[in-house]
Amino acid sequence: MSKEKRHIFSVLVENRFGVLARVAGLFSGRGFNIDSLNVAETHDESISQITLVTHGDAQIIEQIYQHLNRLIDVIEVTDLSTGTHVERELVLIKVATDDPQKRTEILQVAEVFRGRVIDMKPASLVLEITGDEGKLKAAIDIFSTYGVIELARTGKIAMMRGATK
Amino acid sequence: MPVIASQKCFSLKTGKELEWYHGKVILCPPSRLQSWNEKVFYFQQTYGTAECALGPFMREIGMELSGARILVDCLKREGVEYIFGVNGGAAMPIFDALYDETEVKLIPMRHEQGASHAADGYARVTGKVGVALATSGPGATNLVTGIATAYMDSIPMVAITGQVLTDFIGSDAFQECDVIGVTRPICKHSYLIKSCDEVADVVAEAFHIASTGKPGPVIIDIAKDAQKNETLFQYPETVDIRSYKPQVNGDPAQIAKAAALIKEAKCPMLYAGGGVVLANASEELRELTLKTQIPITVTLMGLGAFPETHPLAMQMPGMHGSCCANYAFTDADLIVAIGARFDDRVTGDLDKFAPNAKKIHIDIDASCIGKNVPVDVPIVGDAKNVLTELNKLVDTADIDPWRNQIQEWKQKYPFEYEQKANKVMPQYVIEQIYEHYSDAIVVADVGQHQMWAAQYFKFTEPRQWLNSGGLGTMGFSLPAAIGAQLGCPDKTVVNINGDGSYIMTIQELVPAITMKLPLKIFIINNMYLGMVRQWQELFHNKRYSAVDYHDNPDFALLAQAFGATGLRVEHPEDVEPALLKAKGINDGPVVIDFIVDEDENVFPMVPAGAGLGDVIRGLS
Repeated sequence: MSKEKRHIFSVLVENRFGVLARVAGLFSGRGFNIDSLNVAETHDESISQITLVTHGDAQIIEQIYQHLNRLIDVIEVTDLSTGTHVERELVLIKVATDDPQKRTEILQVAEVFRGRVIDMKPASLVLEITGDEGKLKAAIDIFSTYGVIELARTGKIAMMRGATK
Repeated sequence: MPVIASQKCFSLKTGKELEWYHGKVILCPPSRLQSWNEKVFYFQQTYGTAECALGPFMREIGMELSGARILVDCLKREGVEYIFGVNGGAAMPIFDALYDETEVKLIPMRHEQGASHAADGYARVTGKVGVALATSGPGATNLVTGIATAYMDSIPMVAITGQVLTDFIGSDAFQECDVIGVTRPICKHSYLIKSCDEVADVVAEAFHIASTGKPGPVIIDIAKDAQKNETLFQYPETVDIRSYKPQVNGDPAQIAKAAALIKEAKCPMLYAGGGVVLANASEELRELTLKTQIPITVTLMGLGAFPETHPLAMQMPGMHGSCCANYAFTDADLIVAIGARFDDRVTGDLDKFAPNAKKIHIDIDASCIGKNVPVDVPIVGDAKNVLTELNKLVDTADIDPWRNQIQEWKQKYPFEYEQKANKVMPQYVIEQIYEHYSDAIVVADVGQHQMWAAQYFKFTEPRQWLNSGGLGTMGFSLPAAIGAQLGCPDKTVVNINGDGSYIMTIQELVPAITMKLPLKIFIINNMYLGMVRQWQELFHNKRYSAVDYHDNPDFALLAQAFGATGLRVEHPEDVEPALLKAKGINDGPVVIDFIVDEDENVFPMVPAGAGLGDVIRGLS
């Protein structure tokens, strides 16, 4: 077996109901993996952008690419991993702050990760942190030691560097 | 509102004067017209126009039509001849619109599965889009097997299903089912129509998608209120879907590479599949084969694309294919795959498949290339276009030793069987059918009889052989034969069926009798689910679980009860006379129940998981 690699697909689709189900169904039906999935309208409201992170060997990735392309509602598929690209993900972390001393410490740590406090209550605060996979993992690991009450992340979004699409 | 001539007209139904205009201007709102008949009558009286020309005209003068009526007019525009359907609550407006329709003929079937297979059979013989129609819920789910069958074999089909009222969708209403959800993995595309305004565009897109690129079934699920509500009708002149542009022309550089490989090869073979038939590329395939003189194997789905009677034909490959084709795969140094997909029933164990061969793969579907087998020269494109270009670049291959080897295998290992005393051998029946019906369209079902038919009937023309190769749907053949006969009214249609498969859709004998279709229904009856019994004998210690069909009714008598001619053949000497008798019966279907040897197995056989070289020849 050849090596499994992580790939990020940018998929432009018609902004219609049922399209996401077709994409997701393709992955479940053919046994492909979805590591993360993000869907939202683009600047053209008739088109949605799906950013999909998956992994597999070269043959699987080729099959994923071809099968995505085969869906009628898919306009364009780009494997961003084939070029230099930027990727970001946003995470919201609700951390327990029952101990006031701990709160100061948490705020300092948040500073390190350039996190923003977007809600604060006597016993908890919510942080917003943006970054790539490595940074978010490091942040989550460290906040876990303080007690994470709740965590939500967007899944990755990404695009190629430079003027081309 | 445009000015039109003044004239009195009367309703066909009530005889009352219709008063919608005074002077020269239409004053009456279109909703005052109660039925389609009244509208047609009005227009015929006023303008003498043909019904089908009315759509744009009605639009011009602001006349609205129901969604169901628009649907039927769209089908006419697409040249649809037949719709196979079963009526039901949520599809009633469509059936109503078809009631007095003459151009598009409604064929009422007895079960929705039959409707979908009949549409499929029609599509397979004509190359046109087959149309099936059913109501919501159970009607739609009954279509599913036929849709999946068409999907696996890439058959162009449009399946129309009624859906509950839009306000009821999602409320678990009576006979509601999420058809789009159910069919998502087994169709090329699907649409849910919630407004009559969408009908015309959706139908045009559906036919375009079903019939272009790699063909396949498209589902149109249409809510009942969208069928009933009225709107202006305009059929789109062209269809342009920005996200759907099939690649039909092969890359010239890749085609040149392929030609170079063909030139170098010492042991090349052609491997053609159903894609050649679908692309109507048989002529081009024949030219390639005859020009290069390279031996060819044609898959179960492609049979007839190249004449099996030709010396270069190695016959079908794979699990029950010819030893010659399978040995050729194992020893070849080049495989040219055309519209074939290296299916597991063809390749056997992939690790042992064609170990020495380079592979050229021509396919319209890029996702098929490299799916099972690594390919050296992939060519994405329509088989007809690609072969036309390839044929310009190739010449007679200098491969005499290889050709001689092929001929030796062919002579040494033909399909053969042992004639047991006083038994009707199934293979003998097929040989006799071929003897007397060699020009017929043959529609087989699924099982042992299907393999024997593929082995012993020598197909010479594309679209002469119909079977559910991909999904392997038992019950496919009788309804598909109905569709085939309607598609080719001048041809003899022979349905080779099994006792297990025949009884799965036996009810479709009724429409065949009603329409007086001269189907020749030949049942290879071994009183078992024979293919499963064969596997139980070989791989399950002869534990014959749930395969004994001795309790089936007498099919000859049953045919007579239906109103068809029914014959029963139990002795070898009666086979030929019965077939000859069937030839003379053309005022309806004739069913011959051939009681064959119960123990006969299909050979050669490559056991599941074995390599093609490890074929069990059966006789030795």
